Order: sequence, then structure tokens, then C-alpha cells
Amino acid sequence: MLKEELIKRIVENVLQGRRNKDDEGIEEDYVGEPGVAELVQEALDNGIDTNTILLEALSKGMKQVGEKYETGEYFIPDMLTAAEAVEAGMKVMEPHLASAGESERKGKVIMATVEKDLHDIGKNLVSIMLKGAGFNVVDLGIDVPAARIAEAAEQEKADLVGLSALLNTTMVNMEDVVKELENKGLRDKVKVIIGGAPTSDDFAAEIGADGYGKDAFAAIRVAENLLQSGGKN
Amino acid sequence: MSERGVVVAKPYERLSQEQVELVHQTSLDLLETPGILCYNEEAVALLEKAGATAKKTREGEHDAWWVSIPEKVVQKALDSAPTKVTLGARKPENQVVMDAEGSRVYFGTGSETNYWLEVEPETFVSKQDGREQVFPVTKKNRGSLEYLCRSAHLAEQLDNLDFFLRNVNVQDSDISGENKDVNVFFAALNYTTKPIVSGVADPEQLENVVAMAEIITGGREQLIKNPIVTFITSVIKSPLQIVDETADKLMAISKLGLPVIISTSPQGGSTAPIEEFGMAAQVNAETLAGIAINQLANPGAPVIYGAVPVRARMDDLHDMYGVPEFCHYNMICAQMARYYKVPCYSTAGVADAKVPGVQAAVEKMFTYTAVPSSAPDLIHYAFGLLDKTQTFCPEQAVLENHQIAMVKSLYRESGVEAGEAGRIKSMIEEVMNSPYRLYARFARKMLRRGEIFPGFPFEGDLEEEDQTLLAAHDKLKELEKQEPEHLSEDICKRIFEQIPGLLPRLNPYKK
Ligand code: B12
Repeated sequence: MLKEELIKRIVENVLQGRRNKDDEGIEEDYVGEPGVAELVQEALDNGIDTNTILLEALSKGMKQVGEKYETGEYFIPDMLTAAEAVEAGMKVMEPHLASAGESERKGKVIMATVEKDLHDIGKNLVSIMLKGAGFNVVDLGIDVPAARIAEAAEQEKADLVGLSALLNTTMVNMEDVVKELENKGLRDKVKVIIGGAPTSDDFAAEIGADGYGKDAFAAIRVAENLLQSGGKN
Repeated sequence: MSERGVVVAKPYERLSQEQVELVHQTSLDLLETPGILCYNEEAVALLEKAGATAKKTREGEHDAWWVSIPEKVVQKALDSAPTKVTLGARKPENQVVMDAEGSRVYFGTGSETNYWLEVEPETFVSKQDGREQVFPVTKKNRGSLEYLCRSAHLAEQLDNLDFFLRNVNVQDSDISGENKDVNVFFAALNYTTKPIVSGVADPEQLENVVAMAEIITGGREQLIKNPIVTFITSVIKSPLQIVDETADKLMAISKLGLPVIISTSPQGGSTAPIEEFGMAAQVNAETLAGIAINQLANPGAPVIYGAVPVRARMDDLHDMYGVPEFCHYNMICAQMARYYKVPCYSTAGVADAKVPGVQAAVEKMFTYTAVPSSAPDLIHYAFGLLDKTQTFCPEQAVLENHQIAMVKSLYRESGVEAGEAGRIKSMIEEVMNSPYRLYARFARKMLRRGEIFPGFPFEGDLEEEDQTLLAAHDKLKELEKQEPEHLSEDICKRIFEQIPGLLPRLNPYKK
């Protein structure tokens, strides 16, 4: 297949939210056709470099998905599925990116719902969308103690920690994470962003976090801004 | 027999008998494979002892077990779960008496809103003609104990409100995780004589809450007979997961023999399939798993089938209530609970709208009309809930008291009976032979008996303005002037002496 043709088909499959050949698309008759993972592999086999795949295929596809969401043609389920397709492509590229020094990912993010809180619909949405936007996300799950989050940030050499809380009784545990990072001497290397219904810009400032995102789009924006201005690890 | 609530004449059945059985069978299949993912070791042990098989795994930071529950475990639990459950009340005439084989529906509040939104009349001057006009403006504050007390007091005054489910989240600076439960239960019990329903935030506090209720009823035995407190446990995290700490609470409450609602709230499109069949099969399986744990902990303990299926909003994945799918899900669950002969806790009223107004009225009337038609025993999230459970508005609750009156009237018996035919025919004949051919005189008896539905009580008399909210505000102020029926001085004294953590400012007899 021609290079242009391959790139076009990756974009198309991101729009259809197809990780691999077994996935259905939004439209009919896709099952069995190569998905993003297979197409990215084929692109690599054909010598197309990772940067081109990332920018001209995966990111471009995701950008179009975003535009379709803005105009009301796409909904959150479409966004999530597309982001998962991008993530599947990133996985295939992973070994090649590592050799290129990971420079092509936007940065490493640790995501977690804080201790005693089990809510994760919003956190998962943010994780998937950040992955779709090109971040390398390590999701620790729910009810995660502050110490564990700080430890993971250290081990993973994270650039950013994203915290979620949906209860006014658990949002206070976010401050503990900031403190744990300080104790470990990591606070100047790791940015902290928070979100979840009871939190706010004011609350982020109050506990010494670097940013707050009201939804997954804001999460991407805030993360990009912080990592651009603060620089990656 | 209780006169509260309303008997729905012929419950609407969305599913045929074969479809009900298909949902049931699909749920049983799901409980075997993939089974449930249980985070509570004691619950796993209970299920295993009853015949389930479990396999340990690790989920993130936690131990968990895949538990495959065979049909016989579920069937045994359903056999021992009682058909009749009573929510007790300080005043026995306010008891909510549920019979899963009947079709009486009761309405109550719900959620734990972070905000309280009040209406304030404000005068504006028109820029066009200088005319002064009064408009309702809204004011939003964080939930507090004072608002909870006001809500419970309002609940007492609203005649179509049958049970009080703590509705605002108390966020006062002197409230902590440790003293929240006792203060929430005391505030509710001290301001309404209707049944109280709430979750417990801190499992350690269950004992104190029960001790408080025992002081009021006169002991454990009396409390079991008249359980003035009912507990909700959100023991399921969809899809198909049993939450560790909540399972502990569920088993503890079950052992006490107090009524408990097994609540599960999957969101169609995110944590459950969006299609009715998939949603019904999953939410039903989840509720059955909860009932199994409850009945294994204490066979015969009063339990309520608390499915709260909702739909995801497609542009942000928040909950969505004022939509047909939400009604479909809930109507099916009411049917499933009836099939199992277990009382059902269902949902209607809560709006997606953030403030009272046209959107709120449309959404509320829609679910109020649809869901009760299938005759679940309890309808929660009624009265004043806005912004998909985030906000409570007392004026809105006053308006809904009337909407519920309309619904109650809608589903009563038609009165088409053989014994009445003769009277109807002679009435029509008489009118046909009278000078003006009017039926007015024959309307009077029904009118006096209260069988003719009154007009909208918040109509207002201005030609060009909607005065509904202002009228509801006036009505609220009038209701708020009623003296609260507090617990007696002696009871309060004993409660404050014996129950730790109560805030003195809640004591109505404190000098
Ligand atoms: C679904 C739900 C549940 C589910 C959770 C399922 C799941 N897998 O997460 C279940 C049933 C398990 C549950 C349990 C409980 N819940 Co609950 N729950 C909700 C509900 C209805 C929706 C939350 C949700 O998923 N929203 C949709 C997502 C997409 O939105 P979101 O989470 O806000 O996330 C977005 C943004 O906030 C932001 N964001 C989120 N995280 C992050 C992180 C970062 C870094 C950034 C930048 C942005 C960001 O981006 C997201 C995407 O747009 C809310 C009500 C509400 N209106 O919020 C109550 C609510 C949060 N729960 C509440 C309560 C009380 C509970 C329980 C205590 C018991 C109960 N009464 O049900 C338990 C507590 C369990 C525990 N220990 O955590 C209360 C909280 C009140 C309070 N104290 O503050 C609420 C507000 C409901 C209410 N009014 O009563 N709940």
C-alpha cells in the first residue's frame, strides 16, 4: 500500500474507533478489515517513521474526532473509542519510540482516584483522553493511598500526577499527595492536576496543586500547558 | 392498613412474562459467568459456604475475588427474603407498609446534594417603560445541617411525601467523618415523624445510630417492630463489583434485622449496556448478588430491591434522568422485583435541569408519569432534586408535592363497575329530560369527597407573567412557619447523654 493510502486509512480507522481487525466501526462492514494496530504495524514495516505516523495519522485523526465532537456529530462514546484506537497504535509504536528516547510522547502521567474514593468514570475518561492526546498514562486505579501515588511518580519518573475525587470527604486526600511528593523532594519535577465534581480552581490553589480541569478536554489543555511551560522530566 | 402512598390500579408491564423470565435467566447466567468481582473477603466466604466458587485475584491496590454464584444460591436468598417490609416511623400512622405482591407506591426524597438552592423574590425595573416587576432569583449555598433540618421539617409538612431520605450533604466545619452519621440521623428524626432512610458514612457509627433509634422506640425489640431508621447500602459498583467497606456495612445491618436497601446505580452507556435488555440483565444480577449476601448474613432479614439504573449523557457521560431510557430501565426493574416478590426501591422526579423552570417541569412530570405506572413500592429522588442530584431546592419540592398529587390521582381505580351502571344511566336520562341539560348538580358530591382534582395551586393572577415560583416560595414560607414536632425533652436528654458526637446546637431544648 502506498504511504499516503496507509496514513489515510489510519486516520479513517481512528475516526471509526477501531483498535484492531476484530473491532466494529461506527459504520457497517468493518469487522475483519485491518484496524489502527495492524495499519500502524504495516506503516512501520514500510519504513514510515514514527513521527509521521504520530502527527499525520494518529494525532490528525484525533483532531478530526475533536472537531466532530465540537460540531455535535460525535459524542463522548465516539471520542473514547477513537482515543482507544490511538492508544492501540501507540502501543505498536512503543518499542520504536523507546529507542528514539520517548521524545515523541507528550509526557508521562500518573492518574489515580484518591484514597477512600471509588468513583472512576470521570478519571477513566480523563485517562483515556490523555492517552488519545499522546500522553503516556499509568493509571493506578481507585482508592489509592497518597504514598503509593508518590512512589509511582518516583518509579515511573512521571512529569504529571492527575488526581480525581468525587466526594467532599475524600478531596482533602489530594493535599496529602502534594505533601508526599514534597517529602520525596519531587515536587519541582512533577506537576499535579486535580479534578472531580467537588474540586475547583480555588481548591487546587489551596492545596498547592498546579492546575484544575473541569472536564477531560480541560485536563488535556491544562496538562499540555503545564508540561510545555514547565518542561518534561 | 396504611393510607399513605397510592395504589396503582393496574401496574403497567413493559415486559411479557417470557421476557421477564429471559431477563431473570440472563442475570443468573451472568452471576455464574463472568460472575461478580467481590472485594470483601467475608462476603466471599459467605457465598462460598452457600455453594459459590471463588478465585482470588488482584485489582490495582486491592485483593479481590471472582465469584461464580450458582442459581441455587440466588433462589435460596429469594425464598427467604420477605415479601412485606415496613419502614417504621415515629408516628405509627406514617409507616410505609410495603407488600411486593400489592401495588401501593410511596414517594420520598433522596440523594445527598452538595448544594441547596433557594428562591428569592427580587424587584426589577424595566428599562423599556420603567415598570417595576418582581422576579424570582435563585441563590445557591453549600449543604449544611441547618438545611437538612429545614428539609426534614418541610418533609413533615408535604402531604404527598411518605419517607425522608436524607437529601442534603452536611458540610459544616464542625462535621467530620466520625460525627456525621449521628448528627444526620438525629436532625432527621428530630424534624419529621415520617420514616427516615439514609446510608451510614462511617461503619463505626452504625452502632450509635441504632442506639439512638432504640432510645426513641424504647428498645431493640420495639425498633425491629417499628424500624424508624432504614439503611441504604451502595454495595455494588457497576459493572458487577462488590465494594469492600460497604459489604461490611450491609452484613452488619442485615445481622441487626433492620431494613436495608441494596442500591446499585449502573449508568447505561458507561458502566452498563445502554440497551434495555443488557441494562436489565446486569442491574438485576447486581441487585440479586446484594440480596444473596444480605440473606446469607441473616436469612429472612428485611431487604429492598434497590435498582437505580440511569442513562449516561452522551456529551459528557454524566447521569441523565429526564429521558425515556431511564423510564424503561426503571419500569423493567419494578417488574423484576414484583416477579421476585421483593419490595422495590425505584426512582423518579430528579431533573437534569439546574434550576426550577420549564426544563425541570418537563423532565419531572415525564418520569413522575412513567415510572410509578409500573408500581414500584418506593420512589426516591422525588421532591426538589435538580442538576442530576447535585442540588436541592425547597420551592421545587413544594411544586412537586402537587405534581405527585396529580400522579396519584392519575393511577387510581377507574370506577367502571357493574354496580354503578344503573346510577350512571338514570343520571344521564334525568339530565336529558331537564331544562338546561347540565350535569353540574351531580358533580357536587365528588367535589366534596375530594375526588375532583383541584386546579394548579400556583397559578398567579397576572396576565403576562409566570408567577409559579413566587407562589411556591410563599407557600414554602407558610409551611416553614409550622411548629416542628420535635422528639420529647426526655428523649433528647437521653440521646444527648448517651450518644457521642452530637452537636449541642441541634438540641431543641438547650437553653
Ligand atoms: C456514578 C456515581 C457513583 C458510582 C460510581 C461508579 C464509578 N465507576 O465511578 C457508585 C454507585 C459506585 C457511587 C458510590 C458512592 N457515591 Co457516588 N456518584 C455517582 C454520580 C451519580 C456520578 C459521578 C460520575 O461518574 N459522573 C460522570 C463523570 C464523567 O464526571 P466526573 O466524575 O465529574 O468527571 C469529570 C470531571 O469532574 C473531570 N475530572 C474528574 N476527575 C478528574 C481528574 C483530573 C486530573 C482532571 C483534570 C479532571 C477530572 O473530568 C471528568 C470528565 O469530564 C455522582 C453524582 C454527580 N452528579 O456527580 C454521585 C456522587 C459523587 N456520589 C455520592 C455519594 C454520596 C456516593 C456514596 C458515598 C454512596 C451513595 N450515596 O451512593 C458512594 C461512595 C463510594 C466511595 N467510597 O467512593 C455523592 C457525593 C456527595 C459528597 N459527599 O460529596 C454524589 C455527588 C451523588 C449525590 N448527590 O448524592 N457513586
